[in-house]
Parts: sequence; structure tokens; C-alpha cells
Amino acid sequence: MTPEEFKKIGDAHRKKRKDFPNNINVCTAAGCVSLHSEKVKEALEGEVKKQEKHKTCRVSGTGCLGPCASGPLVSINDGQALYAGVTTDDVPEIVNNIDKNPVKRLVVPPDTPFFAHQKRVALEHCGKTDPESLNDYLAMDGYQALYDTLTTMSPLEVIEVMVNSGLRGRGGGGYPAGLKWSTVEKAVGEKKYVVCNADEGDPGAFMDRSMLESDPHSVLEGMAVAAYAVGASQGYVYIRGEYPLAIKRLRNAIRQAEKSNLLGKHICETPFSFDVDIRLGAGAFVCGEETALIASIEGHRGIPRPRPPYPAEYGLWGCPTLINNVETFANVTPIIRNGADFFAGIGTEKSKGTKVFALAGSIKNTGLIEVPMGISLREIVYDIGGGIIEGRKFKAVQTGGPSGGCIPEEYLDMPVDYESLAKAGSIMGSGGMIVMDETSCMVDVAKYFMDFCRTESCGKCVPCRVGTAQMHNILTNISRGQASMHELQLLEELCDVLKHTSLCGLGQTAANPVLSTIRFFRDEYIAHITHKTCPAGVCTIEPEKETVS
Amino acid sequence: MSASVKIKTLTIDDRHVGARENQTILEVARENGIEIPSLCYIDGLSAHGGCRLCLVEVTGIPQLLPACMTVVEERMEVSTQSERLRKLRKNILELYFSERNHVCSVCVSNGNCELQDMAGETGMDHVHFPYLYPDLGVDITHERFAMDDNRCIMCTRCVRVCDEIEGAHTLDIKDRGIETRIITDLDQNWGDSETCTLCGKCVHVCPTGALFEKGKSVGEMSKRRQFLPYLALMREEKR
Ligand SMILES: Cc1cc2nc3c(=O)[nH]c(=O)nc-3n(C[C@H](O)[C@H](O)[C@H](O)COP(=O)(O)O)c2cc1C
Ligand code: SF4
Ligand code: SF4
Repeated sequence: MTPEEFKKIGDAHRKKRKDFPNNINVCTAAGCVSLHSEKVKEALEGEVKKQEKHKTCRVSGTGCLGPCASGPLVSINDGQALYAGVTTDDVPEIVNNIDKNPVKRLVVPPDTPFFAHQKRVALEHCGKTDPESLNDYLAMDGYQALYDTLTTMSPLEVIEVMVNSGLRGRGGGGYPAGLKWSTVEKAVGEKKYVVCNADEGDPGAFMDRSMLESDPHSVLEGMAVAAYAVGASQGYVYIRGEYPLAIKRLRNAIRQAEKSNLLGKHICETPFSFDVDIRLGAGAFVCGEETALIASIEGHRGIPRPRPPYPAEYGLWGCPTLINNVETFANVTPIIRNGADFFAGIGTEKSKGTKVFALAGSIKNTGLIEVPMGISLREIVYDIGGGIIEGRKFKAVQTGGPSGGCIPEEYLDMPVDYESLAKAGSIMGSGGMIVMDETSCMVDVAKYFMDFCRTESCGKCVPCRVGTAQMHNILTNISRGQASMHELQLLEELCDVLKHTSLCGLGQTAANPVLSTIRFFRDEYIAHITHKTCPAGVCTIEPEKETVS
Repeated sequence: MSASVKIKTLTIDDRHVGARENQTILEVARENGIEIPSLCYIDGLSAHGGCRLCLVEVTGIPQLLPACMTVVEERMEVSTQSERLRKLRKNILELYFSERNHVCSVCVSNGNCELQDMAGETGMDHVHFPYLYPDLGVDITHERFAMDDNRCIMCTRCVRVCDEIEGAHTLDIKDRGIETRIITDLDQNWGDSETCTLCGKCVHVCPTGALFEKGKSVGEMSKRRQFLPYLALMREEKR
């Protein structure tokens, strides 16, 4: 594609969007789809025709609008009004009022703290474009960043921008993206690969899924820019098979991009070629670990191997391979388009930019949020999240899933960044955030995550394979009121063994939920062990076993 | 040896040693008579890195590194016997013993078992984690060999020798975590396997009494491994 053609398509589509003074965007990401938003969309299309407004009003599907719990969500006239909980009964009124005042009873006030405290970078297009339309994406300056990098920047310049932006990997580890790109660029190999990690196995996390469902082109564009920077010609998106809608939209997006010469041979008539293929995971959490993911793509059993060598040097089929998370790639084009300083200007000293979280648990507004780094947990829980449901008392925030920890009330004013979360015994993780109230038992929470690690351990190394099983047994005994203080001591000892001797991150961090709950909620463990009670009333205490002496 | 191979010098437990650039810490240590414990590593097969017994400390690196898969570097300072390592190794061995039913007194490999030896060498005299006592079976359908899941430590030596040396790939792994098991073909009885060549290499590389020849009684199954480095070397030369 030449620059003129490129601009023409974008302009034509921008004009087309303008030709419709009114538009209705219905969320068609999985959260709203599960609440039958597609029926609402059909009804709206029918009603627009019926009221003969189809010449001025466009109905389209769009990506995640945010407050998923109150779906189906509908956005009117590019965000002029947001309707929540829309049913087919509301449709005639919505269409009738499209060029008048919004339907009051459905409106989510735009100044609600849910939106006021957010900042959208990775999710910039979510809810504004139709994820199944390339033209929509082009109208939003899509692929402009790729075009500009290919025609005006050298690979090293691209890497410099990434380094200066301060972007860190969003898959959990927080490794500086620019540094990783530069390592892969320097690595010597006949062929190089770019892999997008969309395995997203943390229980309760749905950031990557939402991004792929809402804006697949921006992830592809980010991958292509990365491929140009590191010198790769083949890319893979490793996505879990449980995400059928995301897979469908990604497939569609790849096909569209290939047809328009935005992927494939000689992209935009430059010497640069880059193909992207999809590889489906079968839902093993450990396959999100980068070396296991590589083994899985190669067709082997998905088990990790010791690093070094890192994939940057020795990855897919032994070639240098860049592996980044979906959200990491989604941040690339905004950075290229707006410059490194724009991104580095958001966030804290060591954690730049924004972070997407899947907000869940006992709060009023659950959903997908994107906040600047450095925001306090209190703002997330009480302003964006709207506080605890049913007037209950806050107990803890769990971040980082099975590798993270539970953060208690006294840390609520702490800024959300990589270092602070680590200091509080948790991790940033990939973005799962579960808010718990007084009705949650922390022993039970630790047991839940240990059960997860036990069943998801690949079994390659003995500390994780046997250790997680042992720890789960001990936690089960504690929760039943059948353990002694000696077993608590064993538990702490096992935490130490796992942390230092396990092969991969799964085993090394499996102890975190236990360690952090023991650290902040030791009294709950003691209550189960010595007083044989569960303070939150969650665990079933069983009568004491008869002991033979 | 080609002239282009570079030589590195490093210290292992304060001893100065020389190594070829692509050697691992474990290889160099053994060449110099420094014993680093391991169960999954065996000379002649690819390294696995799963038993975690050969973890060593390297100055300047916060994590422990597996000696069997860590390539030497110039001026590396390796420590293989610190108090911390000794304690962690003991814990790991205890986890091994707690996992399945290792009752030495009734085992064909009693006295000829690497797991048993390892316990002696590391001074592991009791297991303070609860035994898991899984309910496991024995496959005696093969005409010459038998597989006892109760004794298996999942070192995957058998899988690797079957694949890498014999080229049959009869043995593999199924399931994950604490449920992982060694299987033959597509989880069939060993006796029904059409790919097994009856070579017996798996039996002889197995460190415990998990794989044994039929007809052997308690303590009678000793293993011969001398063939492996030889076969591996012959292959290298051929290439
Ligand atoms: C057990 C385990 C599971 C992981 N799962 C994921 C995952 O689902 N998605 C992901 O992006 N990274 C996951 N990671 C982290 C990856 O190994 C890798 O660090 C990451 O994909 C690198 O991308 P980033 O630098 O953009 O974060 C996991 C790591 C471990 C140890
Ligand atoms: S730590 Fe667990 S998941 Fe990772 S390699 Fe070891 S057994 Fe497998
Ligand atoms: S059967 Fe023997 S060689 Fe095979 S994994 Fe088990 S212990 Fe190792």
C-alpha cells in the first residue's frame, strides 16, 4: 500500500463515519455477549430501519466498554451517553431518542468515578471501533505507526523509542520491553520469531481476552513493529483454546491485514515481510511460561526448561525469539504514534504508563479498567470499584493470581507499581485483581490457590510436584481444624524450599499466596489451629480425629 | 578436538579448575573429582534439569542454578556444598521419599538404588513430611521387564534413553503435577507394546527399582550403565 492509498482508505472511512451523525455501538465482547448483547444489537438494527433512521444512524458492534458487570452496554454517538443493562424492551426508546436527550433511566453518568480515574492507552480503541472491521481501525489512524516505522525509522530507532518509553512487560515479570527487544535484535540467528503470549491462565483474569476481542488489529500492529525492530519474519500468537471469540476475531483480523498488505510479503511495499499464525493452547496454566510455551508451539509436551539460555537468545527451534504479552504489544502503537515521552510521562519513576486490570470480587463495579501506574489501591477499590458490596468491611486485595499475594487494609494507600506491590508481598502480575471482604477466609483463599498450583504443576521438578501437593494437604487440614502448630511450621518450611529450588516461576511463586496470608492474617491461621474456628465462617471445622497413642 | 575451542577457568568450592567453553558445571566438577549429587542426570543422555539436587550457588547470582544445565563462564565462583544447599537437598530428598511408596526392605533394588544411596550421602535419616501413600500399580505384562510405579521418581531417564539412544520412543509421560506417570505407547500395557524392542536400556538406566527384570528378588536387581557413555560417544563420532 502506498501512503496515498493508505490515507485514502482512512479518510474515506473517517468520512463514512461522519456521514452518520448518529451511531450506536453495542458491546460485543464476551462479557456482554454472555448477557445477550447480540440480541440487543439485532433489535437495534431492526428498530433503526423501522423508524427509518438508517440513513443517519449506524449500529455496530464494538469492544469492551468497561463496567462489564452492568452489561449489556451500549454507547451512543461516540460516547455521548453510555447505557447499561439494556434489554430489547428498551430498544424503541433508545432509537427514538437518538438525536434527542439520552434515555435517563439507562444512562451511566459520565462523571462517575469509574471512568474519571481511568486512563486509556492500551485500551484506547476499545468500545470505539468495530473489532471486526479493518476500516474502522484505519479510520482511527490504525497501522499508521507501522507505516511510519517501516518508512521513516531504523530498527535501532524503534528500539530506542521503546527503551525511552520505559514500558515493562505486562505478562507478570515486568522485564523492560525495550531491553528485551534490543537483546533479540543483537542475537545472531538465521531466523527470528516474535511470539505474543495470550495464554492468560490466571484464574479470574480476562484482560488479554478483552483486548483481543475488542481491538485485535492493535496487537497485530504492535507485533509487526516489534518484528521490524528485532528482524523477525514470522510471528505466532499463542492463545488458549477457551477463548473462541477472541480466536475468531484474531483470525479475521489476520486475514484482513494480509489482504490489505499490512501483513505478509513486502508490507506496504517495503522490503519488510512478516507473517502471523495462531497456535492454540489446550488450557494448561504452565504453558504461559515462556519456555513451556515454546515447547508447546514446537509440538512437544508443554514443560519449562531452565533459563538461561533465555528465549531471546535460544527460543523457538533454537532461534532468537521475542516473547511479549498481549498488553505489552497493545502499548506499542500508542507509544510509536505519540512518542516515548508521552508514555514515560504517565506513571511513576520506575513503572511507566498504564496498567489494565480485571477488577473482580466483592465490589460494586467489576469490569475491565485501565489506570495510570502509581494510582493508589484505595482509589481503585473505593472510587473506580465503588466500594464493597452490601456495606461489608474490606479485608484484602489479591493481585497476581496464584503467584501473587493478599494485600491488607494498611497498604491501601500504597501506589500500584511493580516495586511497591513486591514490597507488600504480592506482585503486579498480569492484571487480575480480586477484592475480598470480611466474609472471605484467608486460609481458604490460600488453599484455593494452592489447589490451583497443585493441579497446574507440570510435574517436571520434585519441589513443585510434591511440595504443592504436601502444602495443599496441610492447608486442607488447617481449614478443617485438624492441624497443629507443627504443621504450620512445616508449611512455612515448604514455602522456602519451593521458592528456592523450583525450576520455573510456577513453583517459585506458588508459595506467595500462603506467605502473604500468613504474614498479614496469621491470627486466622491460629484461630483454625488452636481455637478450631473459622472467623469468617467459610471453612467447615470437622470433629477431631481420634488419635491412637 | 578442534583448535577453536576456548578454555575457561573458574573455581568450584575454592578449587581452580579449567574447562572447555561449552561444558557444564556438573561435567567439570566430576572431571575434577568434585561430587555434586543428582538423580535425573546421566552421562550419555540429554540433561533434564528436574531433580533439583545438583543446584549450586554462583557468586553474584541470587538464584540457585542447576549444575547439569549451566554452562561454565570465565571466573565463575561455584559453591556446591554450603550449609543452605545441604539443607535444601535433604528437603528435596524427603519430598521424593514422601511422594510414593519407597519401601526399601522389599525392593528388588535394595542396596543397588541411587535414591537410597543419595539419602545416605546427604545424611537424610528420616522424612519429616507426611507420606502421601498413593495407590499405584505394577505393570508385569511384558515378557522380560516390569514397571513399578511405586518406586518411580519421574527422572525420565528411561524416556530419554528410549527416545535418544534406542530411537523407539516407547516410553513417555502422561498427566501433570503429582499425577504424572510413565506410560508405554499410548498408555497401554507394556506387554502389548508394538514399539518396544526389548533392548532393556530403560531398565538399566533407571536409578531405582521402578524398572526391573522379571525373576529378580529383593536386592537382586543391579544395574549396568557402562554402555551408555560408550554408545553416546559412538553416535557423536558417526555424525
Ligand atoms: C507459570 C507461568 C505462567 C505464565 N503465564 C503467562 C500468561 O498467561 N501470559 C503472559 O503473558 N505471560 C505469562 N507468564 C510470563 C511469561 O513467562 C513471560 O515472562 C511473558 O510472556 C513475557 O512477556 P512480557 O515481557 O511482555 O511480560 C507466565 C509465567 C509463568 C511462570
Ligand atoms: S516448578 Fe512446577 S511447573 Fe515449573 S517446571 Fe517445576 S514442576 Fe513444572
Ligand atoms: S521408571 Fe525409573 S528411569 Fe523411568 S522415570 Fe521412573 S525412576 Fe526414572
